[in-house]
Parts: sequence; structure tokens; C-alpha cells
Amino acid sequence: MLKIKDLVFQVSDEDRTLGILQGITLTIPDNKFVVITGPNGGGKTTLAKAIMGIVQPTGGQILWNGTDVTGMSVTERARLGISYGFQQPPRFKGLRVRDLLALASGREDLTHDEGCQYLTKVGLCANDYIEREVDASLSGGEVKRIEIATILARKSGLMIFDEPEAGIDLWSFAKLTETFRAIHDARNATLVVISHQERIIDLADEIVMVSGGKITKQGPKDEIFPQILANTIAGCSYMSEGAAQ
Amino acid sequence: MEKIDLKLLKEIAELEGTPQGAYNIRKNGGAGGRACTEHIVIDTKTDKPGIDIRIAPGTQHESVHIPVIITETGLTELVYNDFFIGEDCDVDIIAGCGIHNTGCETSQHDGVHTFYVGKNSRVRYVERHYGEGEGSGARIMNPQTIVYLEEGASINMETTQIRGIDSTKRETKVVAGAGAEVVITEKLLTHGAQTAESDMEIILQGEDSSGRVISRSVAQDTSQQVFYPRMTGEARCFGHVQCDSIIMGNAKIKSIPAIIADSMEAQLIHEAAIGRIAGDQITKLMTLGLTEEEAEEKILEGFLQ
Repeated sequence: MLKIKDLVFQVSDEDRTLGILQGITLTIPDNKFVVITGPNGGGKTTLAKAIMGIVQPTGGQILWNGTDVTGMSVTERARLGISYGFQQPPRFKGLRVRDLLALASGREDLTHDEGCQYLTKVGLCANDYIEREVDASLSGGEVKRIEIATILARKSGLMIFDEPEAGIDLWSFAKLTETFRAIHDARNATLVVISHQERIIDLADEIVMVSGGKITKQGPKDEIFPQILANTIAGCSYMSEGAAQ
Repeated sequence: MEKIDLKLLKEIAELEGTPQGAYNIRKNGGAGGRACTEHIVIDTKTDKPGIDIRIAPGTQHESVHIPVIITETGLTELVYNDFFIGEDCDVDIIAGCGIHNTGCETSQHDGVHTFYVGKNSRVRYVERHYGEGEGSGARIMNPQTIVYLEEGASINMETTQIRGIDSTKRETKVVAGAGAEVVITEKLLTHGAQTAESDMEIILQGEDSSGRVISRSVAQDTSQQVFYPRMTGEARCFGHVQCDSIIMGNAKIKSIPAIIADSMEAQLIHEAAIGRIAGDQITKLMTLGLTEEEAEEKILEGFLQ
């Protein structure tokens, strides 16, 4: 179970203090599929990075399976089964896709077939990619899918994906949603996905709406999703006026 | 052979004992073993230190190992090795030098290798430098490699120097004839107060010749590196120079690639980049369970692989 208590992240400069996360409290039971959504700049990625330890919160607590991980390093959290798929994954000159998958799985002896299976799950033709370097020769969408494959290879208890749909073509996206559904159906990992995509939101048990560093809505998908859609129109004066005319 | 000799041989030539095929082992400036084959003959030079290696035309899928090992402190040598490779050959040449210096005097190996590669022959040339030993004496290597490629010939040269050598100045010159191809892959890691300099000149002389230089280096601590790869196109040709370096600590790297076109038909490209390891690369590998140090090691290993 993931428990987040009153999580705060503030950045200050000479003139002012900015609250990126302003007291987020959230409990996610085991094997649930939770989608975090909300407007750009609302604090979603910071929240995800704080869970992974990439961002150190200025206040609050994060507990994973009863262990307080708030002060732990990224490495320690990874070893406790937390994983995070970057929104914009880095590239590595010289490291091949198979090297990254082997590192992710924690097994240097990862077989060719095993590596290929992870790539297939994200809609990549495995034989074309397994020996390629994860460098600038790959497109954004390709790197993104390789990133997701590394998270699958980790087989961790908590998988956090940051906008997995970004930059991915329609055909691969279909494969990706299928993979998320399969992970959820297997009920042996908790999925936290930051997304704006209706088809991903549709897979979720629960939706958490984060805006202005706070949770503004939270609940079962069937209850929250219609409200979000209604708010999107109502919240914009131009769009609502346009709709009224 | 002694234990230390075997270790050096393994480091520089991945050899477990004596090699297969033709070989010449030079140990502490003297003979450490030699074997010729039907097609590959090795003779000691009579006018200066070194050997002549003659490879008969049509020799296919054979190899020559010419490792040099130095375990005596204070030994300084200059050696000339000439390779005469006939037409239509396909051979692997594995050179390399290992220094084990436990003393306080400088051990130095300077080797001048000249290759005459006959028509349509293919050569793969591998050279590894390795240094070890607790002594305060410096380990120095200054290799000079000169290659003449006749029509349709090719050389694929891989040079590797990962730690261990205090000072190195490498000079490489390749002249490519018509349709000849040269590929040079250089890998270098310096640390401590080491210095390394690589001066390279590739002349694409013949029509449809091509050249490719891939240089990857890592400079750590206070070490210093200078790269000066020059590619000249004198005819219709294609050349590409790519230098990539990772800088760490208080190291200094100078990368000065040059391309010179003496013909309107020459197509030459150079790229050079120096930068530190990106923070998000380390973070990404840490999210896979590696420590910061392990992540850095993996990134360097991949970069130099």
C-alpha cells in the first residue's frame, strides 16, 4: 500500500516561495490502478518524482508497504519495488536497449527472448530494437516505449508512469493500453499513471485530480470522469460562452 | 612464462598463454617467443630493433599476434614493426603493449608500425594499451601507426587505452588509395594526472575512398587529453570524423577535428562534442536499482564499449 501524508514541496527564490505541492494526502491500496490527471503545471510530475525520491519534499511523509521511504535515496526505493517511467527519458550513447533491459530486470543474463517480450508489449518490433543504442538515432516515441519496457522488466510492486502516451503513435498506443490492462488484471502490481488520455483513464479504478499542487477531486472513475469533462468546458469562459451562443 | 606475463597478455590481447597462428612476443626488449605459418613469416630486422611481418597474397582468415610486455622498471625502447600484406588477404593483427612497473624509474615503449596493405586486402588491427604496478615509475607509450592502403584495400583499426598509462602520444597516418576504406575506432580513458594526445591524419587520396574516425574518450580527475584528427579529401571520397568526450572532475579536453577538401568531389563531415554525464542519466539508472557510483560506471562502460 502507498500512503502519502500531507506532502509539501516548496521552492524559494529571493522574492517569493512557490508551493508546487501543497499538502497532498493520498492512500492507494495494493494492486489498484490509479490515474492522476489535471492541468499542466499542477504538480503531477513533482508528486510522482517525490514518490520515487527524485524530488525531495520539504514536508510530509511517504510510506510504501508500511516503510517510511521519505528520507530514502532513489536507489533504496527502487530496491523496495518502486519504479518510475520518465516523461522525457534520457538517452545513452553506447548503452543498447538490451543493456537497459538487463539492468532493469537486475539480471545480466537476461535472454534475448525475454528482452524481446518486453519490447513487444510496448508495440516495438523486438528484433529491430534489441541491439540498438538508446541514443539520438531513436525518435521520441521510440525512446518513450523503451522506457516503458524497462519499467515492465523491473517487475516492481509499484509502477509509476508519467504520461506514457506522449509521443506514441495510435497503433502502439493500442498495444500499450492492452499491456496496462493485462498488468492490472494480473493483480500483482499497483499502477499509478499520470495521463490525460481517455482510454487510459477508462482503465483506472480510481481517478485523482491534481491542480495547483492540491488534490481537487478523488474517487471512483465512473464518478469523477464525468465531472472532469463537465469542468473542462465550464472552467473556460471562452469555451462556455462559445457553447452558450 | 611467468604469472605476471600471462596477466599482461590477457589484458592486451585476451590471450590465455601462447596464441594460435603466427605470433611474436617481445618481452623486456628481447625475444619472448615466435611462430610463423605457411603464409605469415616474421623476421627480426637487421638494421634496427623490430620485426618484418610478411603476409603472402591470398592469405585468408589468419591472425598475427605481436604483443609487447614490459615488467622491468627503467626499460625504454623504440621498436619498428613493418607489415607487408599481399593482395587479396583477410587477416587480423593483434598488437598491444602491457607495462607492469613496480619500480621508481620510467618504463617506456615507443612503437612505430607501418602497414603496406596490398590490393583488395582486408585488415583488422587491434591495439590495446595496459599499464599496472604499484611503483612510482611512470608508464609511457608513444605509438606511431602509418598505413598505406592500395586500391580496394581496407583497414579497421581499434585502439583502446583504459587507465594505467601515464603519458601517451599517439600518431596515426593513413593514406587511402582508390576505393580503399579506413575505419578507426579510438577509445580512451585517462585518470589521475595522466596525459594523452592523439594526432591523426587521414588522406583520402584515391577516387571513391572513404574514411571514418570514431573517437570516444573519458577524462577523469586532473587528466588532460588532446585530439587532433585531420581528414583530407583529394578526390571523390567520403569522410566522417566523430569525436565524443565525457569530462569529469578537473580534467581538460581539447578536441580539434579538421576536414580539408582538395577536390570539389570530396564530401567530408566532422562532429565533436565534450560534455559531462547528464544528471538524468544517473537518476534513470538509479531508478533501476543502481547506486550513483554503479550508474556512473555503467554509463562510462557503455560509452566506451
